[in-house]
Amino acid sequence: MTDLSRRKLIITGLAATAGISGLGVAARIAQRYGLVPPDHGGIYGLGETLTYASQRLLTRHSLAREFHPSQISKPPLANEIPPLNDAFKRLQAGGFADWQLSVNGMVDRPAAFSLAQLKSYRSRSQITQLACEEGWSYIAEWIGVPLSQVLDVVGIHPQARYVVYFSIDPTWWESIDMADALHPQTFLAYGMNGDELPVGNGGPLRMRLPRQLGYKSVKYITNLTVTDSLKGFGKGLGSASPEAGYAWYAGI
Amino acid sequence: MARLESVRVPLGACPSSTSSVPVTTVTSRHSALVRVTHWITTLCFLALLVSGVEIVISHPRFYWGETGNVLTTPLFKLPIPSSRALVPTGYGYVLPDQNGWSRYLHFQAAWVVVLTGLLYIISALFTGHLRKNLLPGKADLSLRAFSTAIANHLRFERPSEAEAWSYNVLQRLTYLFVIFVLFPLVIWTGLAMSPAFVSALPATVTVLGGQQSARTIHFFVSLALLLFLLVHVVMVCLAGFRSRIRAMITGRAGTHMERL
Repeated sequence: MTDLSRRKLIITGLAATAGISGLGVAARIAQRYGLVPPDHGGIYGLGETLTYASQRLLTRHSLAREFHPSQISKPPLANEIPPLNDAFKRLQAGGFADWQLSVNGMVDRPAAFSLAQLKSYRSRSQITQLACEEGWSYIAEWIGVPLSQVLDVVGIHPQARYVVYFSIDPTWWESIDMADALHPQTFLAYGMNGDELPVGNGGPLRMRLPRQLGYKSVKYITNLTVTDSLKGFGKGLGSASPEAGYAWYAGI
Repeated sequence: MARLESVRVPLGACPSSTSSVPVTTVTSRHSALVRVTHWITTLCFLALLVSGVEIVISHPRFYWGETGNVLTTPLFKLPIPSSRALVPTGYGYVLPDQNGWSRYLHFQAAWVVVLTGLLYIISALFTGHLRKNLLPGKADLSLRAFSTAIANHLRFERPSEAEAWSYNVLQRLTYLFVIFVLFPLVIWTGLAMSPAFVSALPATVTVLGGQQSARTIHFFVSLALLLFLLVHVVMVCLAGFRSRIRAMITGRAGTHMERL
């Protein structure tokens, strides 16, 4: 072995050791600052963690692009939806007068809100794009109440880290971290393009999260649970999406 | 096979300190870093290609501007079936949905190839690889030298002795185009489709004409990269598949006869 190759070997060894221990330290810091997504296990954990961590550092407070009213897609696309269950049909027959959003978990005052109560808060609107993971997109005006306002009303505990939200279809649930939950553009949307939110677009109540792909904007929301850990929900991967093979974080 | 050379000391030659034979050298065709980054990039590109095709199948329609969906007129459609029932393709069946793992794999491979690419570029700047092997020499850039290179290429002339150790001007310009135009463009247009990324840097998508424009450009740049890959593999076969592959794996060039 020549001197040169020995030196190379030593340098490579040192670099590899430094790299591996660096990764270990980085992983611990990332965990501590909430930069590791709940679906970080498995072979795709590296990519998911890098995406989530870098976007949390880069986009924590950034606002999704908003558009001019003339850019609203006409007609708005109602994506196909799974057949709605009997519970939904009963509420629909009553004009959604009995629709309730219950909020529980790590909150001071668990509560259930009717649509009328949600609409009594100052309504906000945003003209933003809904982009599907499949590749299509449309722009609409979304009207609703910021999720942060509802969380203010119930009072979240300081250790809260995630908001889990459930559709009336029990197989359809998602969760977001507090950066997204408290983001000013995260809405509980009940209106669209100056009108009621059509059932095809998630009416009477859907989550609207313009900085993530459409599948995080779950339709027909009936429950919010505030929590500090996602371990107790489903398989502990954060939402129904990773259980179906899709990433939990969809900011891409 | 190590290359034994007694006259010329080619690029990357490292004189053996223990040798008693005068000026005998063992040379390396490609540095270890170039070889490792080459094969990581190869694996990532194939992963991105397969997963990219899977993702496109879920909506094989392309648009220009900000928005596009089944209710809007596409710029063009791919004549393939889709993995989504909502997309009108003219086919009477729907392919199975493979988007979940495809998306996980696509973004993981993207991360690895971007980090590998950064390592390659930084080292290419510091080791002189960029200057010595990629940037064309002044003499190569004259119109005459350029047309000679093209003419030789079209006549399928065997590479000169020097070319077995480095690249001719056409190769250099192609590699530069792939490294500094196509790869940055495919990364940029990919990021421009991310709703979170563009919330922080909105200009990255508006200058492209919108999110759907970014998707369409991403598709065409991917096609250009695929074309490069095909031509690259054909050229490797024409230049001697075994010796070129061996050079990129072990770093050692073939024997004199094999190279010619």
